[in-house]
Amino acid sequence: MTFLGYKLEPRTKPPGQVVFLYSFAAVLVALIITGFIFMAYGLNPFSAYATIIQKTLLNWRGFSQVLLKSVPILLAGVGLVLAFRAQFWNIGAEGQILAGAAAAAGVALFLPLPAPLTLPAMFLAGFIAGGLWGFLPAILKVRLGVNEIITTLMMNYIMLYIVRWLINGPWKGKLVRGFSESDKFPAQAVLPTFVGTRLNWPTLGIAILFVFFIFFLLSRMKLGFEIRMMGESPEAAHYAGVSFLTTTVLLVLLSAGAAGLAGVGEIAGIHKKLLEPTSISQGFGYTAIIVALLARGNPLATLATALLLGWVFASGDVMKVALRLPDQMTGVINGLLLLCIICIEPLLRYRLVRTKALPNSKFKETV
Amino acid sequence: MELELILNTIARALAFSTPLLWAALGEIYTERSGVVNLGVEGMMIMGAVVGFMVGQATGLPYLALLVAALVGTLMGLAHAFISITLNANQFVSGLSLTIFGLGLSGLLGRSYVGQPLNVAMKSVTVPFLSEIPLLGPALFTDQKLLTYAGLIMAIILWFFLNYTRWGMTLRSVGESPKAADTAGIPVNQVRYLAVAFGGLMAGVAGAYLSLAYRPSWGEGMTNGMGWIALALTIFALWDPLRAIGASFLFGAFFYLSFTKLQTVIAPELLTMMPYIMTIVALTVIALGQGKRAFGAPEALGIPYQRGER
Amino acid sequence: MAVAKPSPFNPDKTPHRLTMKGISKGFPGVLANDNVSFDVRPGEVHALLGENGAGKTTLMNILYGLYQADSGSMSINGEPVQFRSPKDAMREGIGLVAQHFHLARRHSVAENIALGLKGTPLIYPVKALEQKIRTLGTSYGLAVDPKAKVWQLSPGEQQRVEILKALIQGAKILILDEPTSVLTPQEAESLFGVLRRMRAEGEAVIFISHKLDEVMEIADRITVLRKGAVVATLDKKEASPESLARHMMGKAVAPLRPKTKPPLDKAVLELNNVWVKNKRGMSALKNVSFKLRHGEILGVAGVAGNGQADLIEILTGLNQPSEGHILLEGKDCTPLGVKGLFEAGVAHIPEDRNHMGIVPSMTVAENLVLRQYRYQPFSRLGLLDWSKVTEFAQTSISDYQIATPSKETLTRLLSGGNVQKVILARELSGEPKLVVAAHPTYGLDVSATALTHDLLLKQRERGAGVLLVSEDLDELLKLSDRIAVLFAGELMGIVDASRTSREAIGLLMAGRKAQA
Repeated sequence: MTFLGYKLEPRTKPPGQVVFLYSFAAVLVALIITGFIFMAYGLNPFSAYATIIQKTLLNWRGFSQVLLKSVPILLAGVGLVLAFRAQFWNIGAEGQILAGAAAAAGVALFLPLPAPLTLPAMFLAGFIAGGLWGFLPAILKVRLGVNEIITTLMMNYIMLYIVRWLINGPWKGKLVRGFSESDKFPAQAVLPTFVGTRLNWPTLGIAILFVFFIFFLLSRMKLGFEIRMMGESPEAAHYAGVSFLTTTVLLVLLSAGAAGLAGVGEIAGIHKKLLEPTSISQGFGYTAIIVALLARGNPLATLATALLLGWVFASGDVMKVALRLPDQMTGVINGLLLLCIICIEPLLRYRLVRTKALPNSKFKETV
Repeated sequence: MELELILNTIARALAFSTPLLWAALGEIYTERSGVVNLGVEGMMIMGAVVGFMVGQATGLPYLALLVAALVGTLMGLAHAFISITLNANQFVSGLSLTIFGLGLSGLLGRSYVGQPLNVAMKSVTVPFLSEIPLLGPALFTDQKLLTYAGLIMAIILWFFLNYTRWGMTLRSVGESPKAADTAGIPVNQVRYLAVAFGGLMAGVAGAYLSLAYRPSWGEGMTNGMGWIALALTIFALWDPLRAIGASFLFGAFFYLSFTKLQTVIAPELLTMMPYIMTIVALTVIALGQGKRAFGAPEALGIPYQRGER
Repeated sequence: MAVAKPSPFNPDKTPHRLTMKGISKGFPGVLANDNVSFDVRPGEVHALLGENGAGKTTLMNILYGLYQADSGSMSINGEPVQFRSPKDAMREGIGLVAQHFHLARRHSVAENIALGLKGTPLIYPVKALEQKIRTLGTSYGLAVDPKAKVWQLSPGEQQRVEILKALIQGAKILILDEPTSVLTPQEAESLFGVLRRMRAEGEAVIFISHKLDEVMEIADRITVLRKGAVVATLDKKEASPESLARHMMGKAVAPLRPKTKPPLDKAVLELNNVWVKNKRGMSALKNVSFKLRHGEILGVAGVAGNGQADLIEILTGLNQPSEGHILLEGKDCTPLGVKGLFEAGVAHIPEDRNHMGIVPSMTVAENLVLRQYRYQPFSRLGLLDWSKVTEFAQTSISDYQIATPSKETLTRLLSGGNVQKVILARELSGEPKLVVAAHPTYGLDVSATALTHDLLLKQRERGAGVLLVSEDLDELLKLSDRIAVLFAGELMGIVDASRTSREAIGLLMAGRKAQA
């Protein structure tokens, strides 16, 4: 089909620059639409963006906020990259973050350990708890073919209420009276931060290490090869003798475990207590989906995409304080980003080619 | 005394089941055409917030319902456009509409939080039917019009699907798009209609929450009901009539999680019940039919493109 | 064999019902139809003959409005026509019975027929139709229960539904695409009866096939396609199987390869009273026992869906028998599974080469180690050694003459023949004891077919046992030492390939046990 002398031609695999360029354009479109929302609130979009950029990117305190928000979505997001590569649609990072947070809080509050062992034990507990929270959907999918999108999502709600129950019931702090939260963690269960910021470096380090680990896993390890086979052609994976149960369970433990680590970082680094679940994770688990989708299956790309979404979160705080915009803006921008990203999908699958002759001239030939 | 409790539970469960039923009926039609819509939750909540806004501005709840249905339809069309015309991954498309809907509804409804709706939908008692001993008062007294309409809708949709030419066409598109295409049926147009209809029904489901059931707006007030409706679609084996029973069951779970049981079990743990039961229900269905999901349309989730070699 | 009745029309004087002129259609990378001209007269069966991939199906899809031709024109009864969709084609009286049936499996027979029908009532759309189906069915010898669900029907019955559908829609030109590929010889004979009756009624029938014998039996005229272009259009009277084969292949059929060594006495594979249950819980294999020796090719014949796929699944570990034992060189390997059987030396050349045999989105190198990646030297302590993989890929690409731009090319970009070479290279590299080959040449071109045959015979020479499942009787007769025939999950008999005939195998395929 020709249109104005151009036609769409399917292409087999878009080159990296094209993917980057189009993704960048999609992000830009989302930000432009956001600019119109600023206008609707009576703000000049240019000065609004100037304020945001000035307060998030141009000073260290502001940028540390960007990093602070990027860490949990980086961890959860790279975990999702792994799951999505295997076509396991883990939508349950939110619950897995909370599971990690709850387990770490349990260790911090109730497990008498020597001081240097407390934080490692919290991370270990968080990783395991997060992973286990993905275990049931994984088993149900492999064994019975139960849709994992719905089960992982239900697990989010279940964990949300478990944490609420903990902070109102058995783990409710003895010293906090009216509030629904646990006692403060002892000092040995609190992560060290960069001076003058709330950004803790251990979780940041773990997150970056994890990204490289997932990259290594997918490109160099036997398990990574099996995960790719399973995701790209389940029939061929059966034929190759891949054990779906073992592989799925392992990959989900890693994927959900990563989200669990994010939960540990949030409560041990920032809140220093177990509290209302929507305060522990402000939808990081859902934002991680965007991080993973934008990264298009490439674990290293999450370093950039998590930073972008972290910036959106940090900007949300700036909008609220400096621009007096509602804090629901973050959610809207997230949604817009995701929509714009999927709309470039067909552009990546086709390319615009100039046809040799314009339609008119061809018509003349035949007449 | 106990009988009264049971009857009261039935009545409240029916009220609770209404949004689930509307959303599930819409999703059943969408999926019978071969498309999965993971955006139900987002379409419901947009229906809820827009319905509330229009209702508050005009004082006309049924006009508000209409606008909510329209918003749902538009979001359904967006899903159809992205997943059918642009041929992007339909799971991602639905998911992003949910994330977008949850975000936008929060922004739109911010100033309405905590306001009661000035004119809510009235409760209606059905003459004659309400006089049936025992069940009459429970089922046909003081329910919202949308509750009765949902039940009637289920029956109409069931008949339409199984005993009319259009229903047959819809099913064929979801079972074997190739067969439908060779029979001259415009597969993607039918799918567009079905997905838009699913959005419409989700919009109505959301509006019921904010205009009738709990005439107010609260951020995230759908609370996963859209997702449960998706599960109900499977649990009802894609059958509109079975959806009545399935949504009633889950309406009961929702209701029970707010009742006096709370004196025995912590309220937070009770609130989990519908979500746990969703997983249980999906597992039971899966156990019942082995690995092959019998009942699922054969082309569910598979985009159709002609001319593929 | 029944003799074709002469048609009541004089073919030379009646105007053409359909004329296709200069039709061309290209797909990325192939020209599927190259300036094809073709016509059919009323009361005529016109066969379209050609190998797989010769462009027959594409041409018919154009005629049926599923594809649009890049150039060329069509006319019906002398009137020029243009089809944008099957709807247009149906309106002009064209009916298609596709090779893979276009039926919704969970709809009833009547619902399937009602789908494309004009004037179907809005409510209770199939009520009146059911009676019509019964009447028409009896008059044409196409009896089928209109209330039955399609998935309950045998392939032969499903085909009848397709034909009935076309007739009820008022088809004046009926296209049958490889109609006998799913039928037993006896079912095919009854189909020919139906076609003769249609010819007598003045219908025009286009009969697509790659089988010479049946074309000679049923057709009035024969058009041969090769590589998308028309090679010849012949009257049946002036055609012979030999001349048709020459037109079809382009060159004389290669002589049989002499089998040098006889098979050894030792069995490599032994099946003892094996039963298999399929996904619906019905017995797909019933009490099957046989032996396959070292250095032997055992062919497995049967109409599609009579247990061949299930046999392959249990031999390669994709499924387990419900009863009975599988012995590999005398050792019980029944419960081994895919990995275990591969390790025990069973190679598997799968039927669905693009979905099962390779991961299309992975590189050629990755696909070459798809099954051995987990062993030394490719993998150690859970880590993959890509340099070893690369080395292996380079050797395989040159040894098997795989035409690929590089070892890093995505495998889905290769042609069918080269995909098969990737699979063969991978499966045969480990010197397997047993090679299970499922339809290994289906859809391949002549040279890839020859190479595949050559490789299988080399495995035989080497002393491996080869189990060859194929629907191509000629291939089975050419390669096999013995041929086993499956019908409805039962082993009907094993015949010596050098002392049997197509007819004898045909009878076994139809479920008649060998007499003496």
